[in-house]
Amino acid sequence: MKKYLALFVSFFKVGILTFGGGYAMLPMLQREVVERRGWITEEQILDCYAIGQCTPGVIAVNTSTYVGFLQGGALGAVCATLGVIFPSLLIISALASIIRRISHFDAVRHAFAGIRVAVSVLVLQAKLRLWKKGVKGPAAIGVWLAALVLSAFFGVSAVWLVGAAIVAGLVLAWREAKA
Amino acid sequence: MIYLQLFWEFFKTGLFAVGGGLATIPFLYDMSARYSWFTKEELANMLAISESTPGPIGINMATYAGINAAGLPGGVVATLALVLPSVIIMILIAGAMERFRDNRIVGSVMKVLRPVSVGLIASATLTVLRVAYIQEGTDLLAMIKWPALALGAVILAVNLKWKKLHPVVLIAIGAAGGIALGL
Repeated sequence: MKKYLALFVSFFKVGILTFGGGYAMLPMLQREVVERRGWITEEQILDCYAIGQCTPGVIAVNTSTYVGFLQGGALGAVCATLGVIFPSLLIISALASIIRRISHFDAVRHAFAGIRVAVSVLVLQAKLRLWKKGVKGPAAIGVWLAALVLSAFFGVSAVWLVGAAIVAGLVLAWREAKA
Repeated sequence: MIYLQLFWEFFKTGLFAVGGGLATIPFLYDMSARYSWFTKEELANMLAISESTPGPIGINMATYAGINAAGLPGGVVATLALVLPSVIIMILIAGAMERFRDNRIVGSVMKVLRPVSVGLIASATLTVLRVAYIQEGTDLLAMIKWPALALGAVILAVNLKWKKLHPVVLIAIGAAGGIALGL
């Protein structure tokens, strides 16, 4: 019981501190789930994001389901996911009626522009940490660079890139088995 | 029966929107055309609001669209329907991953997949940076939001000096700085 509550609470915290898409969640995940709770490793977060990008749904939900499942099976997955969506339900339903009016206030606009700056710093740092963990050796740097350029400058969908990576990995395994 | 309709529409969105919260947007546009739940203009507002309120953007969009369509119960139904397909699919995948964790073939695939995953995250990071620091303009110097860049440098310095600081403190500094500088 305690475990399920802990999953809910941790992902509630991650959800409430995420401003923007699933990527803004990365620094919060590293802090809460990797460092504080030790539930998964940074490598597993990477696997999670790779899977999350080529499976249906919101990446934040895919990630919380995955971590919750590793910790507490299917029920753990449900608890973690409810935790991550609960802040949205609370905040959006509280703000729904006034939201259109307050978003026109100058102070609110400036504050959110500032929050985007803070989030950009956090995401950049989270990204550097993942780079150190997930990209080791010249071959990996080449693959990393190719994925970055194809995605950022040629608009190649993550589905294709992840699919290609899986095929390449299978070829690699097949060649190693033959050798 | 509006709740059933909401559930079905958002379940389909959750099932077919591949690649994160922003992938839900085309589905929502489609909904705005077929139902009277919300208009295109409301959708644009929704997007701006979702980007700047806590919570993953895809979830916020579903909650807000559901509330617009059928009040609070509508928000709950839409949100749960959106996440249901992911939860089912991810439980199946996570189970399979754990069983084959030590498998050599899975190991090889992961060796290629991890740098690709970091590359995709880098690409998304560029988008985050662009939104925070770049604006429309004629030349490069005019396109950079200098006050935002200065604020970013301060936040980075604070974070490097006090490494154990909670991210929420940095977000608060960002909000205060944004108001002070009139970003």
